[in-house]
Amino acid sequence: MALAPDPMLPRRARVLASRQDTRDTWTLELELDGAAPLPFAPGQFNMLWPFGVGEAPISICGDPAEPARIVHTVRAVGAVSQAIAAAAPGAVLGLRGPFGHGWPTVQAIGHDVLIVAGGIGLAPLRPVILELLAHRGQYGRAALLYGARTPADALYGHELDAWRARGLQVLTTVDVADRAWTGAVGVVTRLIPRAEVDPARTVAMVCGPDVMMRFTAQELTARGFPAARVHLSLERNMRCAVALCGHCQYGPTLLCRDGPVLTWERLRPLTSVREL
Amino acid sequence: MSEALGLEDVLREHPFTTGMRPEHLRELAGCAREVLLAAGTFPIREGDAADTFYALRDGAVAIEVHAPSGPLVVQTLHAGDVLGWSWLFPPYRSAFDARVVEPARALAFDAPCLRGKAERDHELGYALMLRMARVFTSRLAATRLQLLDLYGPRA
Ligand SMILES: Cc1cc2nc3c(=O)[nH]c(=O)nc-3n(C[C@H](O)[C@H](O)[C@H](O)COP(=O)(O)OP(=O)(O)OC[C@H]3O[C@@H](n4cnc5c(N)ncnc54)[C@H](O)[C@@H]3O)c2cc1C
Repeated sequence: MALAPDPMLPRRARVLASRQDTRDTWTLELELDGAAPLPFAPGQFNMLWPFGVGEAPISICGDPAEPARIVHTVRAVGAVSQAIAAAAPGAVLGLRGPFGHGWPTVQAIGHDVLIVAGGIGLAPLRPVILELLAHRGQYGRAALLYGARTPADALYGHELDAWRARGLQVLTTVDVADRAWTGAVGVVTRLIPRAEVDPARTVAMVCGPDVMMRFTAQELTARGFPAARVHLSLERNMRCAVALCGHCQYGPTLLCRDGPVLTWERLRPLTSVREL
Repeated sequence: MSEALGLEDVLREHPFTTGMRPEHLRELAGCAREVLLAAGTFPIREGDAADTFYALRDGAVAIEVHAPSGPLVVQTLHAGDVLGWSWLFPPYRSAFDARVVEPARALAFDAPCLRGKAERDHELGYALMLRMARVFTSRLAATRLQLLDLYGPRA
């Protein structure tokens, strides 16, 4: 039997394709040597390493049913993410993973599903949507509420209509728009009353910047969604990704191992501790 | 079926009136009529007399501000929302445009009628102001979040 690969040792991943989604965001398709599959659960992430620059945790946003096509959507915010986003077809990146505890797609079977995403936060939720649509009959009603700064900042615009046609209620909102935009204008929490799900029997999955997730979780619980079924992905900075270095410690939790996805029931007591 | 509902029933079903006493609902219904707002029309125009208050039952209405680059949509309102609050305070002039994006059924309240009743019956006035205050605070909270650049720092 082969030894389990050392989780600290990167593998080589070649960029097959790259697409610019928005002004600052790119989606890359990668392949491991020999097109080896990389099975993952929705919500897990890889550590991507543009050689000579550094390493960053990036969620896997491809289709769980196609584990040999590794897809990442990256927002260029600093040195590492810029180098990843700039990787052109043919380039090779180091890759470790998949890591982390992902979304509760299995627990959600038989429930309504509410997905709330802000900005780049839609990327880690895309595998949930693909899995849900591939097994649509196993879930109850399902809705996606997606907020972005402007229409030009919204991700996966070309896919939203297809998802809608396959039985997902999709509501989009932006902070400001001109008249060409036909979706809603306002913060994403304002879409919650329009989601066609039953709060008491819904599993909610929320991903976006911290402030957006906190206000969304508060609004959801105020409307009767149980805190134990509201799941958030806390994308704090990580270094080792294998629960050794303590870089991603959040209260008593190591996010790379116990998270990034955690319930609001577990996170709420920690959010009152400032600057954690 | 909603067509068979009286004005008071329609009003009772609207989230704005949740928990309102029946006699107050009756008073409010006395100032209301059912309207259909057609797509592309402007039930409210900046600077015009603010003489109507709307409770939306469906559809979508955009609140617009004029900018040098053209009209900007700063918020959209949907089923369960209310539209207009300049009718509450002098000089009773609307501060924004409201453009119907998707045809909407709404209850349209005659503002002088509402103000008169609230003035004569402060219990009713309080019930009304409490609900308006809730609308203000939730819109203010949403606006604060909008200003926070909620979706992450600009790259
Ligand atoms: C589990 C996990 C999954 C992630 N998934 C994705 C993903 O799918 N796509 C993606 O683009 N990014 C994702 N991130 C965030 C990504 O890892 C960071 O943006 C990246 O590490 C920043 O490194 P940098 O060197 O490019 O920028 P830095 O120079 O380190 O930072 C540049 C700026 O970005 C801010 N920043 C850094 N990290 C974060 C963060 N985690 N969240 C918000 N702001 C941050 C910094 O405060 C600074 O203002 C994820 C993070 C985690 C922990």
